[in-house]
Amino acid sequence: MNKEHLNFENEPGLRVRPIENGTVIDHINAGQALNVLHILKLPGQFESVVSVLINSPSKYGKKDVVKIENRELKVKELDKISLIAPNATINIIRDFKVLKKNRVKIPEYVEGVVQCVNPNCISNSSEPITSKFRVYEENNKINLRCVYCERIISENIADHLL
Amino acid sequence: MNFKDMHILSMKDFSKDMIDYILETAEKLEPIAVMKKRSDILAGKVLAVLFFEPSTRTRMSFETAMIRLGGEVLSMGSVDASSIAKGETLADTIRVVQSYADAIVLRHTKEGAARMASEFSHVPVINAGDGAGHHPTQTLLDLYTIKRESKLDGVKIALAGDLKYGRTVHSLCYALSHYGADIILVSPDELRMPYEIIKDLEAKGMKVTQTDSINEAINEVDVLYMTRIQKERFPDPAEYLRVATSLQITPELLENAKKHLKILHPLPRVNEIDTLVDNTPHACYFKQAFYGVPVRMALLALVMGGME
Repeated sequence: MNKEHLNFENEPGLRVRPIENGTVIDHINAGQALNVLHILKLPGQFESVVSVLINSPSKYGKKDVVKIENRELKVKELDKISLIAPNATINIIRDFKVLKKNRVKIPEYVEGVVQCVNPNCISNSSEPITSKFRVYEENNKINLRCVYCERIISENIADHLL
Repeated sequence: MNFKDMHILSMKDFSKDMIDYILETAEKLEPIAVMKKRSDILAGKVLAVLFFEPSTRTRMSFETAMIRLGGEVLSMGSVDASSIAKGETLADTIRVVQSYADAIVLRHTKEGAARMASEFSHVPVINAGDGAGHHPTQTLLDLYTIKRESKLDGVKIALAGDLKYGRTVHSLCYALSHYGADIILVSPDELRMPYEIIKDLEAKGMKVTQTDSINEAINEVDVLYMTRIQKERFPDPAEYLRVATSLQITPELLENAKKHLKILHPLPRVNEIDTLVDNTPHACYFKQAFYGVPVRMALLALVMGGME
């Protein structure tokens, strides 16, 4: 097991301290960290430390990082994060060490996660259904196609998260 | 090929073989549609007809199709007279109606309504139009008309009018891609076919040409598919009049057309086809409306198990 380390922490002048227990979401697309916090409903009533790095330099350009003490993520939260940060890695930290490191998995379908942009879609009515989207990648971009009305969302997905 | 209990929701759910099979079945049933033969293959079966939007041809041709095959039709009637007016959801309506009928025909104002209905129904749901979404039985009858009155394989066809919002032309284009059609799109700049659809068609190897002049296209094609240009798409009434007139089909315009040119229109028409064209051998739109009967007979017979 590796000690929790992220590039920027080995540099002189530590910007964010390592966490003892919790989750580090790394390799978030630059600029999406605040949307990740929104997905996780943070800070809300949450009392532990949450650290956010925006536009941190990395091997592949810029990235965002979110570190959350004493919190693990639910599957639905991971599905949502994968839509706006498909390259993110989820690091589970125990006693300052990386217990598990996984890349987010882009699901084939998402249910009840995104609201259809088409105001005349049946999923935006009072019917007893949840929104459903097929998820696919095109030109390295995540696209969502509504199962009901087939409208495609390819831009600003974070704006449509439920 | 087994269609029993299949929902008919979108043309995208159909392969070329499936389309061909439905069109062949329609051809077999056409003598019954014109009462040269009688049939009771759907005797004892009930078709529920749920229309949340006005319709003449689609509703009546479904009802005729069912009656010609010996079945019964159960109509919800107007929305105002149903439980919908009391606030019932479509899902609940479908749950109830599926226990009364062997298949449901649904027209609804919302996109995706038929697909949602299929999730709540154990009997086949046939989409008769969902908002600006799909209307697969219209596309099938368009294909059937082209097959019967012209040719499907390699047909040279012009689609004219409102190509931006017209759901019938979008579905028809995708369906024609199975048959190697050569397509000319005729529309004013404001009402051009969406770029994504043209891209999809070209990716399927189709030849697609765009123009705003009907005069250029009309002499080259085997089939002209006209659609209605809706006044409300134009904020300026004068601009609407200019565009509508520029695309109007008149007998003069047809002087140099191919002898076998067939003109189709999903109807209702307003003034995009001069009534003087009705008496020329090119006019095919009323026949097209009739062909809705054998095509819908084929679908009803196949999904309700009256035929295999």
